[in-house]
Amino acid sequence: MTALVNPGLAAELDRADEFNADACMNCGVCSAICPMGVDVAVRKLFRYVLLGMEEQVRAQTEAVFSCLLCKMCEENCPAGVHIAENVRTLRHHIVRTTFGLGEG
Amino acid sequence: MPLPTGEVIGILGDNLRLRKSVLPLPTKVATKWTEGLGLPRGGQTVVYTGLMYQLIPYIEGLVKAQIKMGDSWMARYTGLGRRVNRMVNVSSFMARPSAEERARYDQVPINVVHLLRKAGVEFGALYEDDLYSGALAYDLGLDEVVAEHAKRVHAVFKKYGVKTVITIDPHTTTMLRSVYPKILKGYDVEVRSYLEVLAEKGAGANGAKAAGTGAEVVLHDSCVFARYEGVVDEPRELLAAAGVAVRDPQNTGRQTWCCGGPVESLYPIKAAANAANRVAELRAAGTECVTMCPMCYVNLSNAAGSTMRFKDISEYLREAYAS
Repeated sequence: MTALVNPGLAAELDRADEFNADACMNCGVCSAICPMGVDVAVRKLFRYVLLGMEEQVRAQTEAVFSCLLCKMCEENCPAGVHIAENVRTLRHHIVRTTFGLGEG
Repeated sequence: MPLPTGEVIGILGDNLRLRKSVLPLPTKVATKWTEGLGLPRGGQTVVYTGLMYQLIPYIEGLVKAQIKMGDSWMARYTGLGRRVNRMVNVSSFMARPSAEERARYDQVPINVVHLLRKAGVEFGALYEDDLYSGALAYDLGLDEVVAEHAKRVHAVFKKYGVKTVITIDPHTTTMLRSVYPKILKGYDVEVRSYLEVLAEKGAGANGAKAAGTGAEVVLHDSCVFARYEGVVDEPRELLAAAGVAVRDPQNTGRQTWCCGGPVESLYPIKAAANAANRVAELRAAGTECVTMCPMCYVNLSNAAGSTMRFKDISEYLREAYAS
């Protein structure tokens, strides 16, 4: 398997110093507690971003948009990851780069 | 099968950009709740609906149509539908709730007006200028569209000299209070939920005494109120003072379980499955449930069918204080 890597992806997403996927320590509390179940593995998504694996992020579009943004995971995250805002930021990225939307 | 995600988001974004709401409502429908209340237009303090309660019966109609379309040949033409929708408001043909359904949701802002008056709060309303906040579009990542729309809402507040906005639902509250300050320059409007205003003043201010409803309810916290805005104690204090016995379900307060509503516009089947799980938790604690968000109300009551009864918190409070 080959993967095109965009090493600047995490920096591109960090528009307002709020995208802190690098704080995630992959403990899995978010996955265990997510009301939507394993469909939305935010830990995995954040790893893809940190590794610059943009295609893999796009391939998870339904997972990204299935998140409820309910912050149940964030409330219980021991690492203080801004999970909901990180996911929303990924949505903004997909909306612009995959759907070609987002002009005001 | 769900409709294509990008096209649905595109339609919602186009509607907000072109028609000031993800699902445009006729002005007569949006302002129907104000009839007969004698609310002054504008003022330093206004009650603000952000159209959330008025929109729900239309969103429900649209979601039902989406589910039908997703399972039919029409799903393939969603992109064409989006192009047509830019010229003609297609969504308005897809959802036509009855007057009775609309009246049920209009009752909430009416209750809030009576409660605030009873507590001695002076305020006006913005009528046709009471605009949608952009909540759903923001959640979907349409940041540029929302930034432009927020400027319109801000311009309305400036036009009327509004200093304090009293909101009704959690989604409008968090947009106006926590999101707008990040995306608008010079935005200094104070935003408070009516539950916070009533809790601070005491719903029984001005000598109003609770009638003592004697109700026993399970309380479903809204994720947005509880975890985004920290509104957890206020509804409990108000209900207790109104003589309503509150039971907490499993997963409550800041650990509340989402109703599923936030994904309904894209994946209605997933939203319904999540709502069914939450209903099971609520039902284990009682048969009558109080909600404080229109999305929670509609998702949970749809999932519960006849097995549980749902009421908005404003109904209990009005019954106790302002009936």
